[in-house]
Amino acid sequence: MLPIEVRDVSLEYDTPAGRVQGVKGASFGMQASEFLCIVGPSGCGKSTLLNIIAGFLTPTSGEIRIGGKAVNGHGMDRGVVFQDFAQLFPWRTALGNVTFGLEMKGVPKAEREEIARKQLALVKLEKFMDAYPHHLSGGMQQRVAIARALAYDPAVLLMDEPFAALDAMTRDDMQRLLADVWHKTRKTVIYVTHNVAEAVYLADRVIVMTPHPGQVKAEIPIDLPRPRDPLSVEFLDTQKRLLSHLGGTAIPAAA
Amino acid sequence: MSTQDAAHIDTAQPNTARVDIVRRNNIRSYWRAAITLLIAALLYEAVARSGYFPPVLLPTLPKIGLALWGSLADGSMPRHVVYTLYRVMFGFGLAIVVGIPLGILMARFRHVENFFLPLVSAMMPIPSFALVPLFMLWFGIGNTTTVLIVFYAATFPIVFNTWSGVRSVNPLWLRAAGAMGADENSLFWKVIIPGASPFIITGMRQAFLRAWIAVVGAEMIAASDWGLGWVIFDAKEFLNADLMLASLAVIGFIGFVFERLVFGSLERATVLRWGMMRAAKG
Repeated sequence: MLPIEVRDVSLEYDTPAGRVQGVKGASFGMQASEFLCIVGPSGCGKSTLLNIIAGFLTPTSGEIRIGGKAVNGHGMDRGVVFQDFAQLFPWRTALGNVTFGLEMKGVPKAEREEIARKQLALVKLEKFMDAYPHHLSGGMQQRVAIARALAYDPAVLLMDEPFAALDAMTRDDMQRLLADVWHKTRKTVIYVTHNVAEAVYLADRVIVMTPHPGQVKAEIPIDLPRPRDPLSVEFLDTQKRLLSHLGGTAIPAAA
Repeated sequence: MSTQDAAHIDTAQPNTARVDIVRRNNIRSYWRAAITLLIAALLYEAVARSGYFPPVLLPTLPKIGLALWGSLADGSMPRHVVYTLYRVMFGFGLAIVVGIPLGILMARFRHVENFFLPLVSAMMPIPSFALVPLFMLWFGIGNTTTVLIVFYAATFPIVFNTWSGVRSVNPLWLRAAGAMGADENSLFWKVIIPGASPFIITGMRQAFLRAWIAVVGAEMIAASDWGLGWVIFDAKEFLNADLMLASLAVIGFIGFVFERLVFGSLERATVLRWGMMRAAKG
């Protein structure tokens, strides 16, 4: 039994222009502690697929199984990190944001703050526990969001382009930090991105999607040793290989 | 840690220099306000002493000051204030108890919105003062009528703003909270209410101003013996312009205290602190 299984998931939705197929027949399974990246050009339905897995959208057909059980709607077996910095609650401090899930679970105050402090230390924000989100930089806010999603110990962490809105330098820092967090927590992660280098840096396996309708085009295992060096020949080769899978649909950047 | 984090330390923990600047700006703004008031007072005094108007109708500031002092010393003014504050707080409190839940229900449930929105839109523009005679017929002279007038004046801004506020709650917060297992109850108290708080506080602020205006108006005709509105209306009978102006000063002062101190601190303690609303710059 696989910890996570996506079985033949499709989603159609109505627009003024008619019925649109957002995701078509997506299927894949995941091993425990696997880091899976879903890569594809903008509008290929990769975020839609993640939202289905998160339970925010109901698929037209197919099912999501977590721990062998079909899931319906959202639940605490999945932690979610969005792209938008505004996902944090501005009226709660960093610590207050991270304790939220535990509070919902009914964990006593002292215990949940203890757990939250550890999670914030994991993302190197222990000094900013009492800061409100608007005092934190974008990268720091995303780190709080990661700590918040990990704090109540979900079976799988779902991340929707969490670093896409950050500047390149911060993004590199964040990728290193996330690789480190993943190494320490051994979480099962599904990570959506349109950034090929990011996928090669983070993933055990990459799923490439095609646009209109969003379909799984290829599955590419990345078995480079960790920590990975983005400037090594092997890394660049893998990146090229991945790009060639995307190539059929991608628009050349310089065009 | 990256250099970016270091750059943010000073915003996360404001240093003393920054606090000093804030304090200095505050003091400066009080001075500016004081100068404005002083100039206005001097102009008034000049007109009052010009001899164009009978002094009994346009008393000088020292005379108004004396009237104020006298009414404070004999305990009548404090008693008027207590009556008026009681009516305004009672009506305002009722408006909060009714207005916030109603606004939230309207924003959350289509049917409630469909039913109440036309009602709110139709009743909001009716000046509460226009209802005083009718309420007097129904409830007589006294606290019931004045409290209900205040309630009428204060409810609609609260309903309207709460309704807008709940609809503008960031859907990401609801998604994030839902993903973390928040049930309806937690969603309501821990996400929707704080998420809508900038609007709710603005609504309460507008409501209080309307309530304060309404209570004075209502007291003029629907109160007997006590209340700031009543004392002004009553002073007319005795040509006591100085007492009228003294009461007006008290009304203005209390309104100012609530507006700046009560709602100002409420904002500073919540939405400004959370960065959901920003103080004006410069």
